[in-house]
Amino acid sequence: MYVAVKGGEAAIENAHKLMADRRRGDRAVPELNTDQIREQLALSVARVMAEGSLYDRDLAALAIKQARGDLIEAIFLVRAYRTTLPRFGYALPVDTAAMRIDRRISATYKDLPGGQILGPTFDYTHRLLDPSLTNESPTVVPQRKVAPVEATPRVTDILNAEGLIEPNPKDVPGEETGDLTRDPLAFPANRDLRLQALARGDEGFLLALGYSTQRGYGRTHPFAGEIRFGEIDVFLVPEEIGFEVPLGSVEVTECQMVNQFKGSATQPPQFTRGYGLVFGQSERKAMSMALVDRALRAAEFEEEANAPAQDEEFVLSHCDNVQATGFVEHLKLPHYVDFQAELALVRKMRGEHKSSVPQDDFREAAE
Amino acid sequence: MSTYNFAYLDEQTKRMIRRAILKAISIPGYQVPFASREMPMPYGWGTGGVQVTAAILGKQDVLKVIDQGADDTTNAVSIRKFFEKTAGVETTTHTAEATVIQTRHRIPEAALSEGQILVFQVPIPEPMRFLEPRETETRRMHALEEYGLMHVKLYEDIARHGHIATTYAYPVKVDGRYVMDPSPTPKFDNPRMDNCPALQLFGAGREKRIYAVPPYTSVKSLDFEDHPFERTRFSRPCALCAAEEVYLDEVVTDDRGGRMFVCSDTDNCENRRAAGHRGELLGETLVKQARDVRNGR
Repeated sequence: MYVAVKGGEAAIENAHKLMADRRRGDRAVPELNTDQIREQLALSVARVMAEGSLYDRDLAALAIKQARGDLIEAIFLVRAYRTTLPRFGYALPVDTAAMRIDRRISATYKDLPGGQILGPTFDYTHRLLDPSLTNESPTVVPQRKVAPVEATPRVTDILNAEGLIEPNPKDVPGEETGDLTRDPLAFPANRDLRLQALARGDEGFLLALGYSTQRGYGRTHPFAGEIRFGEIDVFLVPEEIGFEVPLGSVEVTECQMVNQFKGSATQPPQFTRGYGLVFGQSERKAMSMALVDRALRAAEFEEEANAPAQDEEFVLSHCDNVQATGFVEHLKLPHYVDFQAELALVRKMRGEHKSSVPQDDFREAAE
Repeated sequence: MSTYNFAYLDEQTKRMIRRAILKAISIPGYQVPFASREMPMPYGWGTGGVQVTAAILGKQDVLKVIDQGADDTTNAVSIRKFFEKTAGVETTTHTAEATVIQTRHRIPEAALSEGQILVFQVPIPEPMRFLEPRETETRRMHALEEYGLMHVKLYEDIARHGHIATTYAYPVKVDGRYVMDPSPTPKFDNPRMDNCPALQLFGAGREKRIYAVPPYTSVKSLDFEDHPFERTRFSRPCALCAAEEVYLDEVVTDDRGGRMFVCSDTDNCENRRAAGHRGELLGETLVKQARDVRNGR
């Protein structure tokens, strides 16, 4: 009779075997390998690397396979692995102006130094299902312009030359960039920590928040000054040798939003910045991040802040999908001890309610 | 990706957590922020407790893990297996044998002793979170010992219901200073935290907080002079071991309103049955009753 809570150990083991079976699916269909995931589900891989905060395509592909394509579960797998890795140093800031550009567009200038490069994009495709993809189909080799060798200046640099946009904050020697994976987040947080949280944050959550700013909940009047995607080199200065060594390269998407600003008594009218930077190609995430970054700077510009996207504690406390999914899904865990306490209370309160209401009323209600 | 350190966490992380624990013990009931790590189980499933346990566990420790008072609920099994695998420590289901007990939602019925450590898994460490969602505000309130909001909430309960309508996560004041969330244990367990010989540690992984109640520290459930704290009482004993004054789980036995009430603390229940205590629904008792009936007694 008292079986409901027994046998947890065997149940767990069998459940996991069943899950592995479902992951494999119909044995008549060839098993997916991680190379295929890495190459052909590259945008899933990019999202897992970005929100998992670990740049490793093979591990991300493995995580996606293991998670049966559930990307938040895959992100969780990558995070749980990442946290065990030793920290041997901090890379130098990357220079996105030196990016080997795959795609670069500006919505603020028709043409500009470095040019507009459409690159690989879903934009301007018609979203019509393509039946030819159901089976293996030959893919034509695309034509490509030879990418410019010289650095491509950022749109914000062009605006900055005229003083039309706020300059990037000055590098303060000796000032360390925060790291919320090493120190608990405290409020108010600085922009470095906010950007780190947003870069790791859930794409869907940031998309909705960014969207809400466009619909008037913390409006920032954004222009997509520039979005660029490509490869950049990462350098490290090991303490032992004291000079820069290349660690390799990473693909990133950068978004610089140019936002309106009226100016104040002390500052002349100037455009302001919202910034987004994400591993891999994810323009949706980079743009959302830039919108939310700008919205979160409301206090800096003495703007009225009453929308969710402008509320630092609200955004930073809820943008991490590994935390969010864990806590939402923990409701699946047994709660019968607390529920028992509530049951007893509800029964007691119902008893009190019944005895306090004259019996006549009950009869009337029944009639 | 080969092997992990003893008890999973690297030694640097453990040191960071131990420092937070030491600070927490020094300021009873105060929530110490710590750089909580991602763990291989989800946030909200005991990552705070697991990190605390991992940081304090030594090779000679004997670990017990319970969830809802029971050793064999799925999440307790999962966490116990995690430490068996990563630390290789001895595990037990017997409260008296354990040096470290990780728990979710209960305090064992058997009295704890000096040298034992009880590690609670905490989902929301801030007792005033549902009255004030902002951390910046609640930290200020703790700093100023400004607990009026909490008393107003309890008073409103009394005004509306005639009694305090909080049955679990019932707020306590620790060492006469900090108001603390005892984690979502039923208020039945609150008196057991008071002046307890064991060290009580609380870990909240997702919220990145650790707090503590040192041994023999006063833990008082918040109440009013004319509405003193009342411990939950059950009107019947455990159906299996006949224990009274213990916390009971309600088990639905059929779809016609059938219920049985049994110990939530499985170890305590098993010990009592082994010692010969018999509840009304334990098989042998029924057999005996049947035999008595047959024999015309």
